[in-house]
Amino acid sequence: MSAGPRPIRTRLAVTLLAYGAVALAACLLAPLVGSTSISLSRAFDRSIPFADNVDAQIFFIARLPRVLAGAIVGAAFASAGVVLQALLRNPLATPFTLGVSAGSALGAILAISFGSALALGPLLPVPLASLAGAFMSAAIVYAMATRPGRPISTSVLLLAGVTLNSFFSALILLVQYMSDFAEAYRTVRWLMGDLDVGGFGPILGALPLIVVAFVIFARLSSSLNVLSVGADTAATRGVDVARTQRLAFVSAALATSAAVSLAGPIGFVGIVVPHLVRLMTGVDHRIVLPASALFGAAFLVACDLVARTVLAPVEVPVGVVTAMLGGPFFLWLLIRRG
Amino acid sequence: MTLQVAHVSFGYNAGYDALDEATRSFSLCDVSITIPRGSLTGLLGPNGCGKTTLLKLMAGVLRPHEGAITLDGRDIDGISRRKLARYIAVVPQETHPGFDYSVLEMVLMGRHPHLGAFQLEGPEDIAIAHESLSATGTSHLASRPYMTLSGGEKQRVVIASALAQAPDVLLLDEPTASLDLAYQMEVAALLDRLNRDRGVSMVLATHDLNLAASLCDSLVLVRSGRVLAHGPTREVLSVAMIQQLYDVEADVQFHEASGHLTVVPIRRAQ
Repeated sequence: MSAGPRPIRTRLAVTLLAYGAVALAACLLAPLVGSTSISLSRAFDRSIPFADNVDAQIFFIARLPRVLAGAIVGAAFASAGVVLQALLRNPLATPFTLGVSAGSALGAILAISFGSALALGPLLPVPLASLAGAFMSAAIVYAMATRPGRPISTSVLLLAGVTLNSFFSALILLVQYMSDFAEAYRTVRWLMGDLDVGGFGPILGALPLIVVAFVIFARLSSSLNVLSVGADTAATRGVDVARTQRLAFVSAALATSAAVSLAGPIGFVGIVVPHLVRLMTGVDHRIVLPASALFGAAFLVACDLVARTVLAPVEVPVGVVTAMLGGPFFLWLLIRRG
Repeated sequence: MTLQVAHVSFGYNAGYDALDEATRSFSLCDVSITIPRGSLTGLLGPNGCGKTTLLKLMAGVLRPHEGAITLDGRDIDGISRRKLARYIAVVPQETHPGFDYSVLEMVLMGRHPHLGAFQLEGPEDIAIAHESLSATGTSHLASRPYMTLSGGEKQRVVIASALAQAPDVLLLDEPTASLDLAYQMEVAALLDRLNRDRGVSMVLATHDLNLAASLCDSLVLVRSGRVLAHGPTREVLSVAMIQQLYDVEADVQFHEASGHLTVVPIRRAQ
């Protein structure tokens, strides 16, 4: 269990193998399910030319980008949730606590409403504007919560994030009120989250940001253990507290912003997954972080599979599925804590 | 190692915001004390006199605005956090981890300053953690969740975690404040043993004059941010000094059975 008589090396290896296998299985099996059923062996059969292999075309072109988007976004939200929960020393924090979700939504909605004017070469205006909105809100929260040479004020961080979220939500309503029906529908649809990103291009655009964030997460994981015990304690255990907190904030904001710009603000992944993982692996961040990233990938791919199939041929927005699962789970956590 | 505090002044509002001499106020003013290798020093003074601030300065958590704190002559400001944590460890008044770590995990965090950024603890670190658990009599708690322990058990586990840092100096902020009499005696005996057996220097902030009298070879008395007296316990712990320090009249006697001074407070001085 949490103490684990086995040494950390063994536990880490077992975790990576087990959760990696789950994530891989989800990514390989999910593309097989859909309106047309296909076979995995035929999709990977190299003897049939790709142009004639319908199974391969459906697997790689129609379904795989969506599944990969789910995996990357799920991994990003889940691990950013872990990092923020450690930074704020609060297991109920989520990636959107930073105010990033409403900021990015405002950006996306402005792009939807005033779209074509914002196009920048080959880059799509909506993801670009939502990324800009996310960065802007993270920068505001960061500037409010930090003072030179001092630890981050976690209470200011929380309050600024919550305030910014409500303020931007009001602006979103205003823009929506002034836009026409088609734009308003696209806005609502964006807010529900959508992993149908339309090919590998947008994924490759968001991936570098998420990879950079993951490298920082890995670098921080043991310091996050000590930091979650208390800032002063961490300082006397050899952690540069101000630097670690800043890196944690920036990397979590980076991963969240990139994921939101790719797929919209899909809620609850960042809280449900870390909690389930802690129940299974204990609370050591060196284990919880990689396990949450891998389990988050599998979780969102599975939720999207449900979203695609449960009411087929009608598709349920994936954000609705995660919320249906996550909302009651969150309440159960609160009841259990009380 | 000798830890030296030389002419240190510090104020919580003496930083960037208050460069104006008139509005600057110091919580500690021109404090100078020496903690020789292997010594056990008590830090006494009324609430808010600056004891905890002084400990945080000595641990390098806060930086002095004037003066310097040196370790064998080297300014600790020039030593990296990681390196400093290998020399100086701290036992805070209370520790409330944000997550449900096991006792062994808490103690292994003491090895943090000895490990590289991507390095996982090895058999040697685990051996040191178990040795620290056994030195504090908490081996049987190793797999228990820290949060389920009693106050006395928690305090001993936090001391074990600090010991796992293998420090030369241990700074303790009221380590017995929330403990019942039996646990107080237990923690006091533990500190005494660690000081003797391992030669760890200790600085102990406390309100318990009798604990200080029984444990400490020298005392530092702090009042309103200034050092009132600094010297051997039997010289410093006097009726006159206690009155000056706390505005309390007390009786100080040598107690035969325990072999140290005892203090009995009588009334607030007028």
